Amino acid sequence: MDQLFSHLSIGFGAVLGLEPVSLFGLTANLPMNLVYCFIGVVIGTLIGVLPGLGPVATIAMLLPATYALPPLGGLIMLAGIYYGAQYGGSTTAILVNLPGETSSVVTCLDGYQMARRGRAGVALSTAGIGSFFAGCVGTLLLAAFAVPLAAVALEFGPAEYFSLMVLGLVGAVVLASGSLLKAIAMICLGLLGGLVGTDITSGVSRFAYDIPQLSDGIGFVSVAMGVFGFAEVIRNLEQKGEREVFTSKVTSMFPTKDDFRRMAAPILRGTLLGSVLGILPGGGAALSAFGAYSLEKKVSPNRAEFGKGAIEGVAAPEAANNAASQTSFIPLLTLGIPPNAVMALMVGAMMIHNIQPGPQVMTSNPTLFWGLIVSMWVGNLMLVILNLPLIGIWIKLLKVPYRLLYPAILVFCCIGVYSVNNSTFDVFMTAGFGVLGYVFLKLGCEGAPLLLGFVLGPMMEENFRRTLLLSQGEFSVFFTRPISLGLLCVTMLLVVVVALPNIKSKREEAFQEE
Amino acid sequence: MKIINQRDFWAGALFLAFGAYFAGEGSQYTFGTAERMGPGYFPTLLGGVLIVLGILVTASSMSRKATSEKVEQFQFATLFFILGPVVLFGLLLEPLGLVLSLLLLVVIASFASHEFTLSGALINAAFLIALCVAIFVYALDLRFQLWPAMFGF
Repeated sequence: MDQLFSHLSIGFGAVLGLEPVSLFGLTANLPMNLVYCFIGVVIGTLIGVLPGLGPVATIAMLLPATYALPPLGGLIMLAGIYYGAQYGGSTTAILVNLPGETSSVVTCLDGYQMARRGRAGVALSTAGIGSFFAGCVGTLLLAAFAVPLAAVALEFGPAEYFSLMVLGLVGAVVLASGSLLKAIAMICLGLLGGLVGTDITSGVSRFAYDIPQLSDGIGFVSVAMGVFGFAEVIRNLEQKGEREVFTSKVTSMFPTKDDFRRMAAPILRGTLLGSVLGILPGGGAALSAFGAYSLEKKVSPNRAEFGKGAIEGVAAPEAANNAASQTSFIPLLTLGIPPNAVMALMVGAMMIHNIQPGPQVMTSNPTLFWGLIVSMWVGNLMLVILNLPLIGIWIKLLKVPYRLLYPAILVFCCIGVYSVNNSTFDVFMTAGFGVLGYVFLKLGCEGAPLLLGFVLGPMMEENFRRTLLLSQGEFSVFFTRPISLGLLCVTMLLVVVVALPNIKSKREEAFQEE
Repeated sequence: MKIINQRDFWAGALFLAFGAYFAGEGSQYTFGTAERMGPGYFPTLLGGVLIVLGILVTASSMSRKATSEKVEQFQFATLFFILGPVVLFGLLLEPLGLVLSLLLLVVIASFASHEFTLSGALINAAFLIALCVAIFVYALDLRFQLWPAMFGF
């Protein structure tokens, strides 16, 4: 316990510390990390509110901008975008019946019905309260679990790391929607794409055809922006839809005593479920929200009201998605393995600043580690204030038409991708990935496993090589080391369970409802 | 044999093609042994896995149990109006500078919307250019050439 407090005080020190800044010729001492956190959560809320712009594309767009920032500031800002988006997404779900984020799909079901019955304000504050509570719990869990998990991870050799990555990648697609086979193929394609460029062990340039820009490999910013940014814009433009906004209906924000009584248990259950699912590879926010909603539908005493504006149906998934978005940082920060696409980009952000993600970050760079964790709690506090009293501003934003929005997305993508290496070649490559991403969308192949594979490709090859070098070419080493064997068994179990006909149909049913 | 699930069929074919490419190209590099892997080992192996997966996906699209799915129509005009200006931006950024290339990017890309108006696109462009110059050039101090080099700014 004492240790936890001393860690958190390091974090608070890092987040609240003053730094001299000069901007536009003025110099002042400001708590810059708080400022970055604020910018992050504001952008997060903004993209959460705006449908058709997700955290993956946004973080990819803003990654290059964090070059100019100190490492802690940059990471605080990017993390803020991710969990901020969970708050903003619920606003759109409740008021427009459109998920601002995929994780708020289920909030549409009851949140929008509440808005139609004139209880939009209550729905919004329920979502805010649930998210804040879950965010606090998630952050605490992250702080508590980080030390023991990182200690375990330090014992891992290359065989364990390789098996862990296999589990991470397979788990990510087992829990996601869509065809399992296609998703695994997308992972392989991603892994292969990640190998393009100079092989670090032999120095041989692979798949690069003497193109100098390719010798450092394909930038994952290009992949993320092409597949998640450009391809999504094209798809959104294909779908024409009208929006109905319940702006005038937001009157009383305060839930009644009865509302509070009804939301308490669902928020607790949602937080718990979200925290667990967030840690699992591929879990993340969307799955947790869906899981929490299904759970409430089974256990709630008011289950008859579900789909007609039940407050439980807003409280539980909103708590779950925010808890999951906090706890999904656990595998990234302790093991260095990203559990979802957003975390894959965070790996990239850390590498940009020469920080190798993994268990050693905590000891080699404690201010960064604990500062980031504390910033998440502070960010959640900011988000409650941003999203409840200031809700009016975000409602106005909902009226910005997509025809003005998508050119802005293109502009930020182009500038972002260019400024990674000051290279126009990267801009062309991103356009190429846009075409590929569009084809994948049409063929029902998901982009997230591709991106995950892409980031993990070189790491996986490296650990595979080292394992077999140490074992003198014996493949059995993956099965004779107990931890490695355990991880591979869990992987097999996941695949077998999902492939069972009974569960397969249930799983397809579950994703149908999305 | 009949293709029931078109999306899976083409997805499988695509995986097969990518797999063949990576395995084929990969085998040009030194393969090595398991103990001392050459640069070709891992890509050839993974390419092989991708080929197998591609065959499985393609086969499943023709199985009697497959669900019928059609590939949606590609909207080439939208694709062209979104990615065309992006490529143009890449070509023009260094000779023309940030302001003019952004102007072209926004105005041309705005054609992709079915609610296009020239005045709307121009106002949007002006707003976005001002925003980008403020954020990227002044606040973040990234190196961008603002105007065409011949003006000597």
